[in-house]
Amino acid sequence: MNLSNLMLHAHGSLSAYLAVGALLFAIGFFGFFRHRTLVGMLVSGELILAGASLNFMAFAHFRAADPVVGQVFTLFIMGIAAAEAAIVLSIMIAVYRNYHSIDARDLKEMEG
Amino acid sequence: MTIDLTPATLNTLAASLLFAGVVAVTLVGAVIAAASKRLVYCVSGLALSFVGLAGLYVFLNSPFLALMQVLIYIGAVCVVIMFALMLASPKDEPLGLPRNVMVGVSSLLVAGMLAVGLILVVARTHWMPKAVLINAGTVEDLGRALLTRFGFAFELISVVLLLAILGALVVARTGRRSQS
Repeated sequence: MNLSNLMLHAHGSLSAYLAVGALLFAIGFFGFFRHRTLVGMLVSGELILAGASLNFMAFAHFRAADPVVGQVFTLFIMGIAAAEAAIVLSIMIAVYRNYHSIDARDLKEMEG
Repeated sequence: MTIDLTPATLNTLAASLLFAGVVAVTLVGAVIAAASKRLVYCVSGLALSFVGLAGLYVFLNSPFLALMQVLIYIGAVCVVIMFALMLASPKDEPLGLPRNVMVGVSSLLVAGMLAVGLILVVARTHWMPKAVLINAGTVEDLGRALLTRFGFAFELISVVLLLAILGALVVARTGRRSQS
């Protein structure tokens, strides 16, 4: 009964959102180390950022006096993520021109 | 487990089912993005995960952020990544050499420990009580805050975006010139 009650009210509890954010972060972390291509790493980085945004939104909605602050912060995270994606992709295209690969393992010109 | 079906509990039941669905979409998309071998599937999984995240934002009483999530992340970031994927046409990841399996297993282990630890911390912490709200967090409040209190950060982020665009153009063009 306690568990079903918990499940029934999960959408109104802070912990549920924080747990989802933690899982998103962990999945992104896993992907970041598992992927060998730059695109895969970029995608996993976006997942980590998404987990952080969800945490900010959850705390702002459930605990802060001013719920606008979390939304503003998440909007800024979105702006930074868009800028980051644009720069990373231009770097990726430049790298592909020089190496004809975006596998992180092939970029070893400076390896001793 | 019995639940009396009054309209109020029915509403709660529907909301919790919807919440479970949205969370499932988010996590399944994330797992596809992290674990898939083909990069096109990775980006598609990322888009799916962002759809679920937009649903979570709706649950958190900020539909504007949900709209922005769909517009910016799915409409811009995922599409740009897809474009770069087509331009660079990378070959898909080769199936695991022994060292890769080691890396995969150990990163899975570390990520699992990270997730369990974070969730334990969340479950055991006693958060401070809910504060008294000073506004409702509507779109109007958001716009007012963005253009008054957060005006400086708002202008700074536009400078960051401008520099990012210029930097992206410079980096991409320099590569082209050095090759020809």
